[in-house]
Amino acid sequence: MTTVPKIALKNVTKHFGPKKVLNGIDLEVAKGESLVVIGGSGTGKSVMLKSILGLLTPDSGSIQVDGVETTRLRSREREKLLHKFGMLFQGAALFDSLTVWENVAFGLIQGAHMPRAQAKEIAVAKLGAVGLTPDVAELSPSELSGGMQKRVGLARAIADEPEIIFFDEPTTGLDPIMADVINELIVQCVKDLGATAVTITHDMASARKIADRIAMIYQGRIIWTGHARDIDNSGNAYVDQFVHGRADGPIKMQIKAL
Amino acid sequence: MGFLAATGRAFLIFLEATGRLALFTGSALSHCVRPPLYPRQILRQMIDIGYYSLPVVGLTALFTGMVLALQSYSGFSRFQAEGAIATVVVLSITRELGPVLAGLMVAGRIGAAMAAEIGTMRVTEQIDALSTLSTNPYKYLVAPRLIAGLTMVPLLVVVADIIGVFGGFLVGVYRLDFNAASYINRTWEFLQPVDVISGLVKAAIFGFLIALMGCYHGYHSKGGAQGVGAATTNAVVSASIMILVWNYLITGLFFSTK
Repeated sequence: MTTVPKIALKNVTKHFGPKKVLNGIDLEVAKGESLVVIGGSGTGKSVMLKSILGLLTPDSGSIQVDGVETTRLRSREREKLLHKFGMLFQGAALFDSLTVWENVAFGLIQGAHMPRAQAKEIAVAKLGAVGLTPDVAELSPSELSGGMQKRVGLARAIADEPEIIFFDEPTTGLDPIMADVINELIVQCVKDLGATAVTITHDMASARKIADRIAMIYQGRIIWTGHARDIDNSGNAYVDQFVHGRADGPIKMQIKAL
Repeated sequence: MGFLAATGRAFLIFLEATGRLALFTGSALSHCVRPPLYPRQILRQMIDIGYYSLPVVGLTALFTGMVLALQSYSGFSRFQAEGAIATVVVLSITRELGPVLAGLMVAGRIGAAMAAEIGTMRVTEQIDALSTLSTNPYKYLVAPRLIAGLTMVPLLVVVADIIGVFGGFLVGVYRLDFNAASYINRTWEFLQPVDVISGLVKAAIFGFLIALMGCYHGYHSKGGAQGVGAATTNAVVSASIMILVWNYLITGLFFSTK
């Protein structure tokens, strides 16, 4: 690649106690592409995302965003860097002490210091973009169903128009129809913003729909990357087992959670 | 050897916890004094601690003052020292019982609530979400609570002092048949500014400790509902013990004659 990748991880490692979770991750994400990282539970997917965001500090290795090293940033610089990012959390992670619109406008009001009235307008517009009507804006997150919460989480992730969006298991816990709705919204939002997207999931339907490129993570390493259309003939026994969801194969289930 | 290893392990765990608490405290304090502050959050916490704790603190103080008058009467009447009751009540309340009992009640009410709220935010990834929205969780969650604890508990103790002394007055005048004017006179006669001031200094430190313990245990809670429950218990227990220990230390600082 001649251009600077949007995100580049080189030999990133991270351990918790005796357990090595990231075991030398190498990964590049080009500007504007949608990368889906697949892998089983406890293979280090979430830890990788959180390391890029700086919520966790890797033990060694390099993480660059726009060619700038980010692993040793001070908290002020980190806050500035995080303006580039939006994230949809697995459980939506909405602030339950705030209303729906305050959640969506949170980054605008607290991070970008926008007046509340103006932020509310944007919030309602973003809610519209994910298919929610303005009357939802005044509700509290706990009054919404799981799928609706995911939508609000998505609206919050795109409210500040980030350059990079992370999706942590966007379809987990949703029925197949709602999952497809969320997938469509993700594709739409990423396209509208022209953003770079990284999604981690173990839902293959979701991966096929969202991904330009797919990477498979296993035991803290990236073991395969390729175009989304090549996923069915990857020539990799691990990928095949995962894609087809077989119990037998080279991947052994691990019992203990991280 | 097993015994030595166990002792060493316990000691290391203790050192680790102490170090982590010291780092947490330092980081939280530095965010209390560096802008931006969040006035909305500070106000919300102030109302929660200062206003909504009034009933429980007021009731505690009232009955403590009443029982003090009753007890000291039954004790002092054995050697004809009933005249000292008003003085005993006002000194006990302002120096000791006002701050300590208010502190313990607030620890139960507020410390637990803080640990539960922040702990739930931790396990549902809301704290991570704050970071990704370029908002420092120390600044947004911890600093407002510390500031509110530090400022509101002394105010609560002023109210507790007044109500407590009034409780003693009620029992003294209506039950023990003291003359109201001479009871009030006796109350003021030996009261010195340092009695009240030392109580308020205690209150400020207790308020800070309560908020610190609530935030610290909430912030570091893990493992779902059980983890949040443990954090809540730890917050209340550790705050209560710290209140009792610091109470002794501060009393020694103010009133040691040697």
